[in-house]
Amino acid sequence: MIPLAKLLEAALFASPRPIPADELAALAPEASKAEVAAALEGLREHYDVDGHGVELVEMAGGWQILTRPEYTEAIERAQLAARPQRLSAAALETLAIIAYRQPIGRGEIEEIRGVSVGSILKSLHERGLVEVVGRAEGMGRPLLYATTPLFLEQFALRHLEELPRADELAIALRPAPQPL
Amino acid sequence: MSATLEPTAAANEGALADRSFVIDLPAYAGPLDLLLSLIRDEKVDIYDIPIAHIAKQFLARIRQLQLNDAAEYLELAARLLRIKAQLLLPRHGSEEAWEDPRAELVRRLLEYQQMREVVDILERRGDERRSRFGRAYLPEAVEPVAAPLALSLGELLTAVDRILRVTKEPTVHTVVARALDVPGAIAYVRRIIGERRRTRLMELLAPDAEPWQVISMLLALLELAKQGELRLLQPRPFAAVDISDHEHDPAGQAA
Repeated sequence: MIPLAKLLEAALFASPRPIPADELAALAPEASKAEVAAALEGLREHYDVDGHGVELVEMAGGWQILTRPEYTEAIERAQLAARPQRLSAAALETLAIIAYRQPIGRGEIEEIRGVSVGSILKSLHERGLVEVVGRAEGMGRPLLYATTPLFLEQFALRHLEELPRADELAIALRPAPQPL
Repeated sequence: MSATLEPTAAANEGALADRSFVIDLPAYAGPLDLLLSLIRDEKVDIYDIPIAHIAKQFLARIRQLQLNDAAEYLELAARLLRIKAQLLLPRHGSEEAWEDPRAELVRRLLEYQQMREVVDILERRGDERRSRFGRAYLPEAVEPVAAPLALSLGELLTAVDRILRVTKEPTVHTVVARALDVPGAIAYVRRIIGERRRTRLMELLAPDAEPWQVISMLLALLELAKQGELRLLQPRPFAAVDISDHEHDPAGQAA
């Protein structure tokens, strides 16, 4: 491995969270962005090709070394680590709407889901998955919510654009057919 | 379109009604979820929903799931019945001008269905991420984030109740009644006034006088003033109180 890749590997190993690309670049000021990107790519290949128990994952605008899923159960059985709790269907629905429509107010979310979402919004906020980014104009100036970097992290998304565009979904919204 | 819809639905109703019983009751994320799964189960076209049939099934499911108290389900049920009624109304004017009362519902269902697809994606991605551990396993962040003032009255009252329950019993002081010594104070004042003819309240009280002594002295002075033995004069609020015998004007002025 080249020295730059070793340095990046050491930094990634030390961090419990994804390290943003620019922070990785700051580790080696003399290296160009392209060199850092190439070194990261080389490190990922090294883990993949040489057969390691860990892999290098890009998400939320950064990079993190994670264990491979085939060892999850063994690790959990040995109680060395535990999977975080799954989000409820209601919480996922709310998150999905916010991810696509952000910034969005509570009323709009409730309109789409057909149920009230007050307590769910509160718990998503407490978990740091959504944040208040402002207030809408108009009646009552409702709070507007948006997803956080932690949301990308917990769903292993590099950025929001990684989610399919609305028109790429199987059921794209199409205009109701004209009455015969 | 709707002219053919109603008879077909009515004909199917009898046959379909028996199939409406499901043993495994899934948990629905909301009324739209329930409606959408009905539409899937009954294999009807989302753009041409047999409203009468679906509304009946919807109500049956609500009853089965004992969701009667869930206002959101009932609201959608009412909406379905309203659409059903609108479809039964005779149409006036041209066919082109007629607007399908189901259109808005279809739009909402499609929007909801689209969101469910995103949920599936998120669920898959979330599971993939959950099955990978970082180098240092961190328990999920539980540090409370400042919530954007979303407290209901009920939550507030619950919090108060909880605090009241953990709060210790208030410290209770037992007050020992101490007898006042008004006669003693009266005798003392008479003696001092007899000697000096005038004095001040602060001079009558020892610097370390206890409250009961102060009160005794005050009552003694008031009593003597009432009986006409003394004159009390306080020129201004909080000023020193001048005490003199009846003949002597404390401020040196005419009485």
